[in-house]
Amino acid sequence: MSGPGEWHWQRPYVKNFSMKLTRASVQRVATLARLRLTDDEESALTGQLEQILGYMDKLNELDTANVELFSHAMDSANALREDRVANQPNTEALLANAPERDETFFRVPKIIE
Amino acid sequence: MSLFALTLHEASEKLRRREISSVELTEAVLQRIAATDDRVRAYLTLARDSAMEQAKQADARLASGQPSSPLLGVPLAVKDNFLTQGLRTTCASKILGDFMPPYDATAVAKLRAAGAVIVGKTNLDEFAMGSSAENSAFFPTCNPWNLQRIPGGSSGGSAAAVAADQCIAALGTDTGGSIRQPAACCGVVGLKPTYGRVSRYGIIAFASSMDQVGPMTKDTRDSALLLQALAGHDPADSTSSNHAVADYSAALTGEVKNLRIGVPKEYFVGGMQPEVEKSVREAIRQFEQAGAKIEEISLPHTEYAVAVYYIVATAEASSNLARYDGMRFGHRADAKDLTETYMISRDEGFGSEVKRRIMLGTYVLSAGYYDAYYLKAQRVRRLIKEDFDNAFKRCDVIVTPTAPTTAFKIGEKTSDPLQMYLSDIYTISINLAGLPALSLPCGLDNNNLPIGLQIIGKHFDEATVLRVADSYEQETNWHNQKPKL
Amino acid sequence: MNYEPVIGLEVHAQLLTASKIFCGCSTQFGREPNANTCPVCCGFPGVLPVLNKKVVEFAIKAGLATHCEITRSSVLARKNYFYPDLPKGYQISQYELPICQNGYVEFDLNGATKRVRLTRIHMEEDAGKNIHDAHGDSSLVDLNRAGVPLLEIVSEPDMGATEEAGAYLRTLRAILQYLAICDGNMEEGSFRCDANISVRPVGTEALGTKIEIKNLNSFRAVERAIEFEIQRQSETLDDGGSLVQETRLWDEHREETRSMRSKESAHDYRYFPDPDLLPLVVPESWIDEVRAGLPELPAARRQRFGAEYGLPSYDAELLTSRKDVADYFENAVKIHANPKALSNWIVGDLFRVLKDRKLDEQLYIKTWPLPAPRLAELVQLIDQGKINGKIAKSIFEELLDSDKTAQQIVSEKGLEQVSDSGSIEAAIDKVLAANGKQVEQFRAGNDKVFGFIVGQVMKATQGKANPQKVNEILRDKLK
Repeated sequence: MSGPGEWHWQRPYVKNFSMKLTRASVQRVATLARLRLTDDEESALTGQLEQILGYMDKLNELDTANVELFSHAMDSANALREDRVANQPNTEALLANAPERDETFFRVPKIIE
Repeated sequence: MSLFALTLHEASEKLRRREISSVELTEAVLQRIAATDDRVRAYLTLARDSAMEQAKQADARLASGQPSSPLLGVPLAVKDNFLTQGLRTTCASKILGDFMPPYDATAVAKLRAAGAVIVGKTNLDEFAMGSSAENSAFFPTCNPWNLQRIPGGSSGGSAAAVAADQCIAALGTDTGGSIRQPAACCGVVGLKPTYGRVSRYGIIAFASSMDQVGPMTKDTRDSALLLQALAGHDPADSTSSNHAVADYSAALTGEVKNLRIGVPKEYFVGGMQPEVEKSVREAIRQFEQAGAKIEEISLPHTEYAVAVYYIVATAEASSNLARYDGMRFGHRADAKDLTETYMISRDEGFGSEVKRRIMLGTYVLSAGYYDAYYLKAQRVRRLIKEDFDNAFKRCDVIVTPTAPTTAFKIGEKTSDPLQMYLSDIYTISINLAGLPALSLPCGLDNNNLPIGLQIIGKHFDEATVLRVADSYEQETNWHNQKPKL
Repeated sequence: MNYEPVIGLEVHAQLLTASKIFCGCSTQFGREPNANTCPVCCGFPGVLPVLNKKVVEFAIKAGLATHCEITRSSVLARKNYFYPDLPKGYQISQYELPICQNGYVEFDLNGATKRVRLTRIHMEEDAGKNIHDAHGDSSLVDLNRAGVPLLEIVSEPDMGATEEAGAYLRTLRAILQYLAICDGNMEEGSFRCDANISVRPVGTEALGTKIEIKNLNSFRAVERAIEFEIQRQSETLDDGGSLVQETRLWDEHREETRSMRSKESAHDYRYFPDPDLLPLVVPESWIDEVRAGLPELPAARRQRFGAEYGLPSYDAELLTSRKDVADYFENAVKIHANPKALSNWIVGDLFRVLKDRKLDEQLYIKTWPLPAPRLAELVQLIDQGKINGKIAKSIFEELLDSDKTAQQIVSEKGLEQVSDSGSIEAAIDKVLAANGKQVEQFRAGNDKVFGFIVGQVMKATQGKANPQKVNEILRDKLK
């Protein structure tokens, strides 16, 4: 309900983009990212990612063949430290947040190689 | 006037003159929180006891009369993505569980060293991903100007707390507008310094190449004071700069005569809320009357900024958030094996926006897409930075709206992520280029919602940005407007 | 069919820095679990890496010593994967633009010089350690090793035989040890090797399917695993089977490789430049400074030992395989210039003592059981005719861990060699008189008893007689 004072922003740059994304590739990415997705999430994400990635294809309007990569907002380089032992170990403080521990080890689900 | 309504410089002055004590001031702020936060919901964690303890210590230091920081004894709020030793830090996410940081963020350590009182941790969009504070895993924060509206994001809790006088000033972080856009929505002053000006050590990373810490305050003078305390090189942050730190308060001369102000034509195209455009144009006219020279400039690659930003930021985030795996800290699901433990812990621990961005970032870095998305975006990012380099040959600061609209309604955009991303259109280019920018109030719309004016400066020229903002405040009264709570 | 192997090696060398690559934690080995950790190397929220300058210096050293080009602007990148020993969920490593590229290592094998090209050397952080078997359904993680600096040294597939791989590894290890940047201890894991092996029919050019083998933690394991793999791959092909590109694990006990079940299926590391770290720019002046500080390297020293001291290549090779030994040798030669005799003592007697006392496990021996000047003196006494070789052997044992000089022991114990003909003749006469039967046998043509008679004379002089003189006089008398 828009009253006279209400105003809704028009999408200035959004056109209808289309880009096809398979459920399988969404599943592959979810596995890489270690995210379990429910079927609903997977299907919702497939649509949303299609829309967003489609929007990003807009960058292909630009010819960047001769453009150097952006590397850093700062021009400087070489932030280096001297090789000195500087830390007071505080193993207890680090282990205090562990979901499970065993003496001074972090305990994790069994690793199978 | 109630003590909680004081600005930082006013409070500091009164503390120094011993007109008030830090204990009184801190109590006033805590009472204000108690009276209003059931409606605003700005805080995730309050630190009443430690705050009172810090206030007592501050009073002792004030009594000694020794030279001290203007922050001594002043109650501040900290966004809950800064690590605070001994004070729960959640990043508004369930994945961190009851994470108790083993160390302080450098910015927090600087506040503590200055004797500031930390009253609590403010709400945000989970992992600072969002523009409305609705993505908090705990609850949305409401805009003190209109409780049905969003306070902006991601530093929505800090902005709302400052606007509601629930603290004297606050810290925020800004990756794509997360200080400036909520500052605009809540009618406060928010400054994102140059990338590298303030240490990122101890803030929970979202997008490392753009994250920056900054002050959220009731006026520009406060912003200068708080930035002074935060700025400087940190050996623990390789990307923090050695560039000399200016005297920001001394820069506030009120003088803008002959200053060249650039107005980018690409920022005044269709889609802006009419009152926003009107107020910003009016502010530009004021600068002109004060003797500034207005130059129309062009930032031709502006329309690509959203796409570049959401590629670069999500790519970095997908990697930054890999450490939340349930192994050493945070939420661990009960699962049948290691792989399931990873997948279910992260599924249960992350909210949908965070998952969406992790998915997007993982996708754009993955084999076969890296060149087309990530590398392409990094090339266009250079073009965007060069746009600013070229523009700043013709002007000293650039003035734009902070956001295309004033605060929208809670729930209005949650179903349309792309639409939400596009509301960052005026702020994200600045993060891509690493520049400093400040948002300050320049009007109210027809719904009595604050409008933000953005002032963008050259790299490491926060002093000029602050000077321009302060001169505007001297001529106007917008920064003194308060919501009725 | 006849197959030939094509072998490339990837070496991970732990660097001998005091602190980790991105934080100030100690790198000390063998501490209590998680004692050498901090929020940075545990991958806690909010932490940031700061690169250890010495790691860069060591990488440049390794690059210069292996004829690499040093990359002027190099990039640290994130390698993304999940594993409990990898706290951040990514390893900071290098991908594009590693610090060193296009080098080579040379060594002599079967009389020819072999060159193995290096693709790259890059810097990276080590992972922690998982302990698997302790508790039925869980594993334990120790992050002491997480963030210890590594160089990954990647060769081209230039090796065509197992022994070439062995020689390459030994040469590379000696270089790193000479540079004092890695202790080269394979058993403790400070020098680790993965091998890439494929086979192809002899005489063909195209490369076969590449198999990567991990868990090679001794020279022996490397050689046995390569042999096993050559045979396995050849047999598979001969049986009409095909090979899949995969990673296999060397099983030390069963002496075989086996396929790794979990990890390798869907690797996609999503490398990208680490935004937390600035580009690493190495100016010419830094390279020059490192170059000026480089020690003489094993190959050059080996050649010089041949040319300058006239040593056979076998001796030169052994003496220069360790920098401390080569230094020891040269210190001794300065005092007594009999290189070959000193070399014999070092590679024989001294090496035995080093091995017995496990001193050869040290990267650079600083305290020797017998310091070089004192070994030189011992050899000098022999060469001066003051003692004979047999007595010298016993003195050598006495000199170990002793403050005395060889001369002191000789004087105290009256071990000085007896060379005057009178005394020797007297002793011989006695022996001949007492052993009439043997004298007769000798004269009857049984040469073998000569040695027995010499032995009796030496015994009569408590071993001190000059053996050469004894020989001469005895031959004379028995004519």
